Amino acid sequence: MNASASQTARAPIGGHPRRIVLVVFGVVSMTLLILLPLFSVFYYALREGWSVYAGHLKDPETLHAIGLTLLAALVAVPVNTVFGVTAAWTLSKFDFPGRRLVTSLIELPLSISPIIIGVAYLFVFGLQGLFGEWLIDHDLRLVFSVPSIVIVTTIVTVPFVFREVLPLMQSQGPNEELAAISLGAGGVKTFLKVTLPNIKWALIYGVSLTFARSLGEFGSVAVVSGAVRGETNTMTLQIHMLFDDRSQAGAFAVASILTSIALVTMLVKTWVENRETHRLLRGMGTVKE
Amino acid sequence: MKRFFVPGLLALLGLAAPAASQAGQEILNASYDISRELFADVNKAFVPYWKQKTSGDVTVKQSHAGSSKQARAVLEGLRADVVTFNTAGDVQLLAASRFVARDWATRFPFNSSPYYSVHSILVRKGNPKGIKDWSDLAKPGVSIVQVNPKTGGNGRYAVLAYYAAGLESSGGDAAKARALLKSILANVAVFESGGRAATSTFTEREISDVLVTFEAETLAYATSPNGNYEVITPSVSILSEFPVAVVDKVARKKETETLARAYLDYLYTPEAQEIIARHYYRPRNEEVAARHASRLASIKALEVGPVFGGWEKATRDFFDNGALVDALLKEIASEVR
Repeated sequence: MNASASQTARAPIGGHPRRIVLVVFGVVSMTLLILLPLFSVFYYALREGWSVYAGHLKDPETLHAIGLTLLAALVAVPVNTVFGVTAAWTLSKFDFPGRRLVTSLIELPLSISPIIIGVAYLFVFGLQGLFGEWLIDHDLRLVFSVPSIVIVTTIVTVPFVFREVLPLMQSQGPNEELAAISLGAGGVKTFLKVTLPNIKWALIYGVSLTFARSLGEFGSVAVVSGAVRGETNTMTLQIHMLFDDRSQAGAFAVASILTSIALVTMLVKTWVENRETHRLLRGMGTVKE
Repeated sequence: MKRFFVPGLLALLGLAAPAASQAGQEILNASYDISRELFADVNKAFVPYWKQKTSGDVTVKQSHAGSSKQARAVLEGLRADVVTFNTAGDVQLLAASRFVARDWATRFPFNSSPYYSVHSILVRKGNPKGIKDWSDLAKPGVSIVQVNPKTGGNGRYAVLAYYAAGLESSGGDAAKARALLKSILANVAVFESGGRAATSTFTEREISDVLVTFEAETLAYATSPNGNYEVITPSVSILSEFPVAVVDKVARKKETETLARAYLDYLYTPEAQEIIARHYYRPRNEEVAARHASRLASIKALEVGPVFGGWEKATRDFFDNGALVDALLKEIASEVR
């Protein structure tokens, strides 16, 4: 995850049977469990040729599902980035009663099943729920609609940035910030020049996790979607629906897009990490120019 | 913060979802699980029909899930203008909460059911277990997939079909009908939550020997090009109605009442009846029915009303918690042990 990992010397495996067995075991299980299913998604999607594949993706309902999923991610990521950093900052730099409780509450979506979040959301915002009457009176449609999908996706992905950033901020403590402030830096400057560079890696990691998770969310959105075709179907719901509609090729075509977006996210993250690692090593003189 | 957040978010979504703000009206049809293909075709034909009739543009959106689940979703706020379900009980639920008019059943012809179907049996090619009628489903070693009677009308019809077959063959002996129902239920390997899920379990996952579902589904699968299945039409079956209703509470608010009504009226036109028949449902229009008579074998179809004293009584006797189905499943479970 950061520069220190790549600097440690690694032990060779040649001439060590047990190490070889371990490595082979790792590679084989990774192939079986990850590479093969990944390959099959693209194989089944493209089996009937490019034109069929493109035809499936040009379907207006599928295009809408891709758009809706990206919209949900594009709301969830910035909201949870700002929230996660702010919350982690507050909890790590200041002391106040109830800190533990707040931490646990923010991390709650990680440990309860998304479907419970969906059902709970329905109980609060559904017409038969707590605010049902009020919502009807004000003509707010917070269930079975686009806002419900976006909101639920945001709730489910709340913990990711927070969880990545918090331990780092805690281990760093407030000393560097205090130093910056004592030298005359303002709040914003301290944040941008001291805090942000310190948590950069954790932040990038958290953001990419949030993004990936919001694309892939299924359980909670399935509850609040109402499955209106071309309106409240996200990519995961569209895959499920196409599969049930006897359109395996269509389902795999959408799955291939979802997988591609996830792969690109991962590649971008790895590339940024590598570049930074390289820059750091060069700065230390470990790697020649 | 929430006060600013929610409207702000809605505004953002309004910008991002241009499809919703197109000129012309839009209605949502909340329907049961396996009607996806049917209503995709009906809606395609309704758009030009409406345009010709009123020169207005219309978009019909679809939502599909188990019929009872859809009824719940409408109660929770799914903004469906019309519902097209597969049992009267699910519409009744909406009528009880005043989403649908109390006299909904008389608002359209034929009990507000523009088409009907019967329950039938799908087996694997060659019929390896030699299934000919409902009583064969009770044989040891036959395994069945059907919809859970608690979650879908499809499953309730299946249970009533078994029982009705028992009554027919024994000359009305309730004890014999109960015994047949019990031995068939003992052979059910999977109770699925929705009609299409049951079909997928049978066809894709290749679980069990028999799928019991609407004839519209079994015929569609048996006649599809790569279908390795055969339909067994039983000697007697239960007639399934597909009641439709305007969800007044929603339509009034969205000002789509006229359109919603016209959409349901359209289902009774010869044009729509033809589409319905092509999807293997039995049309009400006699001319259309005659045209498709060769594909839809004639069958003795018993109605829930006369045989079971109506849906309310059938629900009380068979499907409520602790009623016959629960009692039989409990007996079966205790005998296995």
